[in-house]
Amino acid sequence: MTPLAGYLLVAALVFAIGLAGALTRRNAILVLIGIELMLNAANLNLVAFWRYGPHPEALTGMMFAVFSIAVAAAEAAVGLGLVIAIYRHARTADLDEINRMKG
Amino acid sequence: MRWLWLIPALPIVASGIIALLKQPRRRLSAGLAIAALSFSLLLSLAAFAHVIDTRALLLHFGFNPAVRETVDFTWLTFGTSTVQLGWVLDPLAAVMLMMVTFVGLLIFIYSVGYMAHDENYTRFFCFLSLFAGAMLGVVISNSLLLLFMCWEIVGLTSYLLIGFWYQKPSAAAAAKKAFITTRFGDVFFLLGIVWLFAQTGTLLFYNQGAGSLEPLAIGMLLQTPAKLGLSAAGAIGLLIFAGAVGKSGQLPLHVWLPDAMEGPTPVSALIHAATMVAAGVYLVARVYPLMTAGVLPGGTTTSLTVITWVGASTAVFAALIAVAQNDIKRILAYSTVSQLGYMMAGLGLGGVAVGMFHLITHAFFKALLFLGAGSVIHGSHEEQDVRNMGGIRKYMPVTFVVYAVGMLALCGVPIFFSGFWSKDAILESAHKWHAGQGPFYLLVFGALLTAFYMTRQVSYVFFGDNRGHDHPHESPRVMTAPLAILAFFAIALGVVGTPAWPWFRSFLTDTHANFGGLDSFKEPGLLTLMLLSSMVVLFGIGLGWMLYGNKSPRAEEPDALEKAIPPVWRALRDRLYVDELYGATIIAFYYWWARVADWLDRRVWGGIVAAIMWLFGLWAQLNRFIDMNFVDGAFDKGCEELSGGGGLMARVQSGRVQNYLRLLALGVVILAAILIWSSHG
Repeated sequence: MTPLAGYLLVAALVFAIGLAGALTRRNAILVLIGIELMLNAANLNLVAFWRYGPHPEALTGMMFAVFSIAVAAAEAAVGLGLVIAIYRHARTADLDEINRMKG
Repeated sequence: MRWLWLIPALPIVASGIIALLKQPRRRLSAGLAIAALSFSLLLSLAAFAHVIDTRALLLHFGFNPAVRETVDFTWLTFGTSTVQLGWVLDPLAAVMLMMVTFVGLLIFIYSVGYMAHDENYTRFFCFLSLFAGAMLGVVISNSLLLLFMCWEIVGLTSYLLIGFWYQKPSAAAAAKKAFITTRFGDVFFLLGIVWLFAQTGTLLFYNQGAGSLEPLAIGMLLQTPAKLGLSAAGAIGLLIFAGAVGKSGQLPLHVWLPDAMEGPTPVSALIHAATMVAAGVYLVARVYPLMTAGVLPGGTTTSLTVITWVGASTAVFAALIAVAQNDIKRILAYSTVSQLGYMMAGLGLGGVAVGMFHLITHAFFKALLFLGAGSVIHGSHEEQDVRNMGGIRKYMPVTFVVYAVGMLALCGVPIFFSGFWSKDAILESAHKWHAGQGPFYLLVFGALLTAFYMTRQVSYVFFGDNRGHDHPHESPRVMTAPLAILAFFAIALGVVGTPAWPWFRSFLTDTHANFGGLDSFKEPGLLTLMLLSSMVVLFGIGLGWMLYGNKSPRAEEPDALEKAIPPVWRALRDRLYVDELYGATIIAFYYWWARVADWLDRRVWGGIVAAIMWLFGLWAQLNRFIDMNFVDGAFDKGCEELSGGGGLMARVQSGRVQNYLRLLALGVVILAAILIWSSHG
């Protein structure tokens, strides 16, 4: 059996990649992808801890992960809606241009 | 008796109300003034009747008919000593009240007509009413302090009324002169008051034995010696007399009275003939116990001697000047000064009754003469120079008749006119005086001059041809009616002063007079004296008629007497140079002193103030320097730093979502690190 740490490491790696993308990509869609990646990394963590935890046969871990996926999907939809709204207003999806809240 | 204070209070309240009226309301102000004084007249009548009643009652029970009722109250308290004020009702106050209110009321009514064309009608009645109230206050006062306060108000209103037409420089100057001259006398008066208070501890006249004019206090004052061989009583009496000298225009301080003719004629009649100038005489009568303190039977005191001589000299001095004056009112003004001298001499020679009788009769006929002169002036279209009048007898018959009555009363034409009886009483006292006959001869000479100058005036004004421009017209009834009433009293008052029935004298000396009939004239020397004074008067009138009667000298021609004795005439016309003397000495000194004070003020004190201001300026400059450079600089720097800090902080707000996310992520990492390492360690 692969040790737990391996799954956690992979999840951490994916999370880091997602974070990096969310923080540095110019395009708004790519930021959304990065956020998706982070969410999926968290899901991975959840599933790993479910299988290597005290009750691997119960379905609680899987339900948790399914909920998370559903929420991620909803949130992606909302995010896309936001991006479209911003595009309609600012004619660009480049996040560096969107600085109307500049103080 | 407790209501006696209403008599002066009503006119003063009326004056106050008139003063507060917003727009000039002629009928209301005249009405208020006349109504208030009428009430005062009624109350005075009541008081007078009360005194007579009380006297009759006392006589009925066989007592001495001496009436004196006082009401006192405490005004100020200093520790244990107090200052008390109050009022008194005795025969002296009663007759004076009657005279002031009655003559005052007649003059008020006259003023309604005389001042009808004046635009300051309301102000006139306000001041007139204030004057009447204050004068009545002087009359009823039982405290020397209250008397002095009302005395000063009387002086104030005199100033206001003399300078009524203040736009005229001569009127303003005359008002100032009157006020300052009387003030000069008042300085001595005040000294007397202070001394009296210091010696006796009270300023009340009568206070059930404790008053300053009652035997206890007088005796104490007699014992206290003062300078120049006088006792304190004599010295205080003379100081108080000095106040009277100023107010009543006696010799050294008479200069203001003729100039006071700048005021309207009703003012001249009321204030400078009948009442205010009589206040001085009344004052001497009031404090008479001080004047007679220590008198031995058959002798006289220093105070009385001084009063007599001052009075007699004033009588002659002013009569001389009156001979050579050409302004109708000025002749009457000098006549008033002269008659006041008679009154003072009467007080000194014969006592309160003699002086006061002449005061009362004089008030009536002098007011009559002044109001008559006002009528003449009014009718002659404001002409005042007698040389430009003449023949007024034909145009103003009523005025002529009443004026003639007044003139004959003033001259002292025998039997019918009150002036004869009052002046004769004075001459009689002078003849009987123990300290010499000087005053007697002076007063007789004065009577001659009086007859002479009055005849001169009447001839110039009423006889001959009219030398004026337009024809004069008779005055309206509102002016001639008071004249007629005054004329009646100028005759009728004689009745109470004849030797046949000396009611007035008995009233004021707390005795009883019986109707003596013709027998009372058999007193030795009395008839001779009456004959002598009558002859003097008739001689004076005759001489005047001879020189002036029915002739019509033009203004440019020299006067008949001037042709006879030019240098004497010039001296008399120039008022015997008294004003010039004062101008050269006192006024000159005053101006020099004023220049010195001005120099001191501008150079010395002003210099000190300027130096201090310069120092202040320096200090202010220093403060400004520090403020601008240090305080402002520090403050500005601080603000700049804050601004810079704010700018830096603002840069965090880039508006870019990813920057915010980065910061967030950084924060989370740091938190996690802290959590992990803290749980480990």
